[in-house]
Amino acid sequence: MSAPPVLEIRGVTKAFGGREVLHGVDLEVREHQAVALIGASGSGKSTLLRCVDLLEDIDDGDVLLDGEVITDPSVDTVAVRRRLGLVFQAYNLFPHLSVLDNVVLGGVRAHDLARSEAEDRGRALLERFGLAGREDDHPDELSGGQQQRVAIVRAFAAYPRAMLLDEVTSALDPELVGEVLEAIRDLKSAGMTMLIATHEMSFAREVADEVSFLHDGRILESGPPQRVLASPQRPETQRFLRRLPDASRL
Amino acid sequence: MNATAAASDRRAAREAARLRRSRRGQAIAAISSVIVLGGLAALVLTSPGWPEVRETFFSWEAFRDSFPGVLEGFWLDVKLFVIVELVVLVLSLVVALVRTSKAAALFPLRLLAAAYCDIFRGIPTILLVYLVGFGIPALQLEGLPTDPVVLGGVALALSYGAYVAEVYRAGIVSIHRGQRDAALAIGLTEGQALRYVILPQAVRRVGPPLLNDFISLQKDVALVSILGPQEAFRIAQIDASSTFNYTPLIAAAMLYLCVTVPLARLVDRFGLGIGGVAR
Repeated sequence: MSAPPVLEIRGVTKAFGGREVLHGVDLEVREHQAVALIGASGSGKSTLLRCVDLLEDIDDGDVLLDGEVITDPSVDTVAVRRRLGLVFQAYNLFPHLSVLDNVVLGGVRAHDLARSEAEDRGRALLERFGLAGREDDHPDELSGGQQQRVAIVRAFAAYPRAMLLDEVTSALDPELVGEVLEAIRDLKSAGMTMLIATHEMSFAREVADEVSFLHDGRILESGPPQRVLASPQRPETQRFLRRLPDASRL
Repeated sequence: MNATAAASDRRAAREAARLRRSRRGQAIAAISSVIVLGGLAALVLTSPGWPEVRETFFSWEAFRDSFPGVLEGFWLDVKLFVIVELVVLVLSLVVALVRTSKAAALFPLRLLAAAYCDIFRGIPTILLVYLVGFGIPALQLEGLPTDPVVLGGVALALSYGAYVAEVYRAGIVSIHRGQRDAALAIGLTEGQALRYVILPQAVRRVGPPLLNDFISLQKDVALVSILGPQEAFRIAQIDASSTFNYTPLIAAAMLYLCVTVPLARLVDRFGLGIGGVAR
């Protein structure tokens, strides 16, 4: 019997007040796979990622990490979050801490690493992601692209089982998008298992092993990127892709 | 070629105009200052009662005679201020943390903290000093302090603790929700998120209003005088009523200014330096 998927989302439903944002979402991410989650703004991509990281309580369904249900009320949410890495659209770096301290905080406080060990690892990762020399700067001294790369390093520093990327290039100026996508390629080639909510279709086509189209809180279509992006079956997917500016490049 | 020459002519003309404007502004500021301040001085100095006021409020001899005593009393004010301030900083932080907590078990404490803020912010500080200063000893309970300085300090701490708690609370709730999300996402517990991410930013953000309350407290320390302790205002008052000369009160006022004005400048610098985002 093969190993269970790293992440398995089964019938997840989530409402805010009376408004249902997710209606029974099913999705799998297997080891070393990158799954791109596409869909219009408001389709529920961010909510789905927040539900997987247990930042939101789901109403129905389950999320499994390595075959183990993590959305049961009896599960220790903090322990689950320590096994996952989430990167936010707006970076959410800690403005009062230096770049290095942003990266080290989780290691020292959540993973009981010695500070020196966490710092060594942090410095090495910052260098790997092109941020050498910026360790002592504060986030507001960095460009958006640099801040987002710090946020990626912060999430990656604890070697999570899977990473959840929430439209990590959407808040960036166009000329800064490339450097962040490059960082994600690096994660992919390191074998990181990832669920990537994105608006960058050409990037999804290049990096993702699978693309899932989320529409009104439901996965309408899933499959290899060349099929979903180049010859979508569902009219909703076709309409969504036609409206994108870079659709012509696909 | 012509274009550059024309451009630099325009530049010179603009600079000259700017210079003229700034000179004219300085001249107007100087003239209006002379008129306003000179007018006020003339008004006071030519008032019918001025010779008498100068004698009773600004007598050099009375100042010289009373100053050492008032200064000695002021030392008590400073000590009391520092101790009460430290107590206020801790007490108010605890109250603010309780009020912003979400745990169900803390509900009764949240209720108490909210009531504390409402009640002690709602009672005039001078009244509170009276009530605590005379009420607690009247209970005649063993172990409770009876020293008026201690009781006055307790009253001030209770009053200011309620104000400062609200300042802290405002700082805590002003930190963007994304900061908590990010702290939880890297695996911190709620408590760690508060301790390492939210509180450090909240405290930095409320620095200026916090210092503002310090200045206020530094002045209100004089209120304990109504319980009897020999602090600056009390000593000045006694001097004044025994000599019928009010100069000691001016001496006391100057001593307060010696502390509050530097504190106010500190507020300015902090307020300007902090920019938008806590660092």
